[in-house]
Amino acid sequence: MPSYVQIENAGMVFSTRKGKFTALTGINLNVEQGEFIALIGHSGCGKSTLLNLVAGLLDASDGVLLLANKEIKGPGPERSVVFQNHSLLPWLTTFDNVHLAVEKVFGGRESKAQLKARTRAALDLVGLAHAAARLPGEISGGMKQRVGIARALAMEPKVLLMDEPFGALDALTRAHLQDELMKIVAATKSTVIMVTHDVDEAVLLSDRIVMMTNGPAATIGEILSVDLPRPRDRLALAHDPHYHGLRSRVLEFLYSRQMRPQEAA
Amino acid sequence: MNAVTLNGQRLSEVMAAPETETHAAANEPALPTRRTPLFETEGGKRFREGVTNVVKATIPPVLGIALFVALWAIIASIGGKIPGPAETWGAAVTLFSDPFYDSGPNDQGIGWNILNSLYRVGIGFGLAAAVGIPLGFLIGRFAFLNQMLAPIIGILRPVSPLAWLPIGLLVLQKAEPASIWVIFISSIWPMVLNTAAGVQRIPQDYLNVARVLKLAEFKVFTRILFPAVLPYVLTGVRLAIGVAWLVIVAAEMLTGGVGIGFWVWDEWNNLNVAHIIIAIFIVGIVGLLLEQGLMLVAKRFSYE
Repeated sequence: MPSYVQIENAGMVFSTRKGKFTALTGINLNVEQGEFIALIGHSGCGKSTLLNLVAGLLDASDGVLLLANKEIKGPGPERSVVFQNHSLLPWLTTFDNVHLAVEKVFGGRESKAQLKARTRAALDLVGLAHAAARLPGEISGGMKQRVGIARALAMEPKVLLMDEPFGALDALTRAHLQDELMKIVAATKSTVIMVTHDVDEAVLLSDRIVMMTNGPAATIGEILSVDLPRPRDRLALAHDPHYHGLRSRVLEFLYSRQMRPQEAA
Repeated sequence: MNAVTLNGQRLSEVMAAPETETHAAANEPALPTRRTPLFETEGGKRFREGVTNVVKATIPPVLGIALFVALWAIIASIGGKIPGPAETWGAAVTLFSDPFYDSGPNDQGIGWNILNSLYRVGIGFGLAAAVGIPLGFLIGRFAFLNQMLAPIIGILRPVSPLAWLPIGLLVLQKAEPASIWVIFISSIWPMVLNTAAGVQRIPQDYLNVARVLKLAEFKVFTRILFPAVLPYVLTGVRLAIGVAWLVIVAAEMLTGGVGIGFWVWDEWNNLNVAHIIIAIFIVGIVGLLLEQGLMLVAKRFSYE
């Protein structure tokens, strides 16, 4: 049986004012259903570009991307995205932000009451039922990101794509949301592809870590299987030598083999 | 602590007595019975703070106005031709005591003049909004249209509003629609340009949300484009209404009819300088009110 998500020899070339810029080249990756993949690499290595290819927000210049044996053409709600900066619409309440997505995906098939129930359930899942009537400007950054996750999950996507979802949060909020995400993913058995630059986050959350080489013309350098048993507990893992072994392998890849030549930009 | 505050006589008693503690305790309740003065209570403090803030906020503008009036009085007393503040005030009181009289087309109350000007501004500005805002959306959304219209707008926008008046008179034949035309053509640009800028500056994230959700074009407009651009539109509207009010006085001076601009010119012909000064104040205050009113609307639609 072929894999759920298949990326075959994908490449991405941007046309810029200075000419062609090859961001990605020769990407081959298969993701199984229910798998949690972390994409890690230095900034500018094209990991977000790869995620946007799967999301369909960008069209690959080379190669093919398949989801459940169908070619990915353009974005769609079956590949919902949790954006780095939450991207909630500031003029809609948290409820309406989630409801907009629910309405789009299930609006044709379900009654209004069912749609509202779905929206409430999604907010409940991220523990924000009490903030349904608030506007995004009235809640904290962590809460906004949780609404973004609720919106993405409410669409019942085939693949959940997350672009550094916790990057802008403080360490404590981030840890809290990581724990919540692990519970939610375990409950919903979602297939997840997550971009991160946080080594601990990658090891804690994922089944496999895809490590990318530096751009331009970035590609997959190494894939590391994280065979830590689930459910995972961050406190127990802190003393687990195997966890530290995995962590150092990622660190070694990033800082010894793919040491950044210079700070770009 | 109270032992210190005791007077000498009591102090000796206290010292003589073996049970110092109880004496002190017995004397203690005498102090708190003093009624707290108003300004020491929480409410009193807040009241005092409020009064201080109001006074602090009023002093500079009041001082500014007082200086302005004083300067005006000095200039009036030196020049002799310009009426002073007191004289002008007296004329204003007479003028506003009967604002809505009507003795023929060339002699109507100040109220009618203001309302007529506001009416022209309303029509001209309303038409400009009806054309300018949708045009701004199109220019912002379609780069081709933007590039196509950019040179035309670039040339037409800096043209002095009154230069449009002869064209209006030629085409429309009458003074009334010609002055409305001048309002229209001069107040349309801020709305076109601000709306277009707002559409171009919609964060890509919002549009990505629309793309991932595959929202229909109508939903994209009502749920994302329109609310995102609304603050920019309102900025354009606010600038446009200022321009429209600025232009109406000049246009009416040239076209005549009932209106504040014509009234100014009429009073000039009558050599009634006090009324001209009153007209300047009226134009300023009405303009300020229009702008402040739109600021309130804009605040309602700000989401940051």
